Amino acid sequence: MTWRATVEELVREFRASGRIVIVGASLAGLRAAETLREEGFTGSLTIIGDEPYEPYDRPPLSKQVLKGWVPADHTKLPRMREVDADWRLGVAAIGLDRAAKQVRLADGEQVPYDRLLIATGTRARQWPNPDEAALDGVHTIRSRDDAEQLQKELAEPPSRVLVIGAGFIGSEVASVCRELDIPVTVVERGSAPLVGALGGVIGEIAAQMQRDHGVDLRCGLGVSSLEGDAAGHVRRARLSDGSTVDADVVVASLGSIRNVEWLEGSGLAAGFWGVGCDAGGRAFDINGVVTDSIFVAGDVARAPHVLYEYQFLAMEHWDNAVLGAEAAAHNMVNLEPNYRPHLLLPGFWSGQFGVNIKSVGVPPFGDEIVFTQGSVEERHFAAAYGHRGRIVAAVTFDHGKWLEYYGKLIEQSGPFPPPPPGWDQPPDVKPMPAEFPDPRVPTAIPDVVLTGHAPSERTAEFRPRHR
Amino acid sequence: MRIVVDLNRCQGYAQCVYLAHEVFRLNGQEALTYEPNPDDARRLQVERAAAACPVQAIVIDRLDGEERGETS
Ligand SMILES: Cc1cc2nc3c(=O)[nH]c(=O)nc-3n(C[C@H](O)[C@H](O)[C@H](O)COP(=O)(O)OP(=O)(O)OC[C@H]3O[C@@H](n4cnc5c(N)ncnc54)[C@H](O)[C@@H]3O)c2cc1C
Ligand code: SF4
Repeated sequence: MTWRATVEELVREFRASGRIVIVGASLAGLRAAETLREEGFTGSLTIIGDEPYEPYDRPPLSKQVLKGWVPADHTKLPRMREVDADWRLGVAAIGLDRAAKQVRLADGEQVPYDRLLIATGTRARQWPNPDEAALDGVHTIRSRDDAEQLQKELAEPPSRVLVIGAGFIGSEVASVCRELDIPVTVVERGSAPLVGALGGVIGEIAAQMQRDHGVDLRCGLGVSSLEGDAAGHVRRARLSDGSTVDADVVVASLGSIRNVEWLEGSGLAAGFWGVGCDAGGRAFDINGVVTDSIFVAGDVARAPHVLYEYQFLAMEHWDNAVLGAEAAAHNMVNLEPNYRPHLLLPGFWSGQFGVNIKSVGVPPFGDEIVFTQGSVEERHFAAAYGHRGRIVAAVTFDHGKWLEYYGKLIEQSGPFPPPPPGWDQPPDVKPMPAEFPDPRVPTAIPDVVLTGHAPSERTAEFRPRHR
Repeated sequence: MRIVVDLNRCQGYAQCVYLAHEVFRLNGQEALTYEPNPDDARRLQVERAAAACPVQAIVIDRLDGEERGETS
């Protein structure tokens, strides 16, 4: 038998009777499992998840669930196909032994694998003072249970809600409060809402939108402490300027923390920014060498992106979880040259204050912005972000139909400012600084973060740019 | 039944809203919201909505009940 035939035989055998373990039973974990079966993997599949629930969808939690329209347990994800897996729900993975190829569970069991997918996502950053965080009425929102409890309290209704941090989730919570006619104060350390994700120019528009809807928005301020009553319920917050806000529900939306603690000591490139992997989802070890048997997908993954100078991107977006999982799963049961890259052009949506905010590309990669279509006053517009004469992202407010146009330009390394699509151009089309906060200044972590360069850059082939 | 709408893909055309307004709603001009686990009685309506969506953004469960994990 030739060497090639042997390798092919090995792949066939692995597909037929290998053992795959997925840690993280949410969007990425589920879609990966379905893809593995779709690709003809008939071996054993174990899915480990620390939540007691089968996979559910998170975006509705801060929107229709909080509003009280959809119950929190009505978010279960549709299934694309049967996965015939051994589900271990309600038990966390607490360790990874790469030498023995085993995942250690909190109940003491060791689960052996031939190939492993890490899809443990992120969790909400808690209010930093544990005593204050433990007060009744203080919330974060990441899980079904979080949303259910917060929704109950919003329904009472509270006299005022305080939202700490005006990223996407904090802004959505504020929006729901206003739709329910609940007074809400939003305190944001940055200069405006959404600055980390969309920059200061768009942030100003978001700020005006919040104020127009009656949000008491206070930017450039922090919350220094939370105070409770004798019964241990939060009643008041003290802000960094010495003022106070009376509120009986507090929502801390301070960004997220990647669930990588269980990988400590495993020798993988796992840390604050997530688990480093190549664009095919193969995990890097701590030396930056790619592993053969461990893959990563979803919010916890960070991979170099060809369109963004091969910088490592961590993308906490729904489509990144779906498409990253599909690519990683494909690669788990294939070999070179049949690997598939996860070259997603990231996209995001957020419904707030009756406006559909969508983006494509990586806005924080841009340093300039130009309004290309529609009207800012009417909050019905498109804007493009540029970096060194190239379009790198776009954002729309109620103008989502045009995103595809910008997406194509970004994929083609199109020029900035981009050629106008020939429709509803504003009178004044001039690029200006996009005003992203200095990345070294810690703010609430944006939804897409750039986390540095990869060593593989030199072997890439670039298409010449036409100027 | 279970559905999910790929809201990256959705362009707010609102066809689904006309065909199944108990399940799909527009919040403002363009922001779609929906009930992800609608009552089974709505299946036909929802299937029609999914078929009518010009960008095929509505994904419907392809399994009916069995093999969904240990707890729910
Ligand atoms: C409130 C909210 C609103 C959102 N809105 C939007 C939106 O509008 N648009 C958008 O694009 N994205 C949105 N997102 C982001 C989107 O939901 C995520 O990108 C997506 O859930 C990522 O999926 P994932 O499977 O990678 O990670 P997760 O969904 O975080 O799943 C990881 C799973 O692994 C489990 N786990 C962690 N550690 C362990 C362990 N050691 N052992 C076992 N299990 C473990 C976790 O409990 C969790 O169940 C929103 C997120 C939230 C929370
Ligand atoms: S029909 Fe499709 S594109 Fe239109 S609103 Fe519904 S899901 Fe979105």
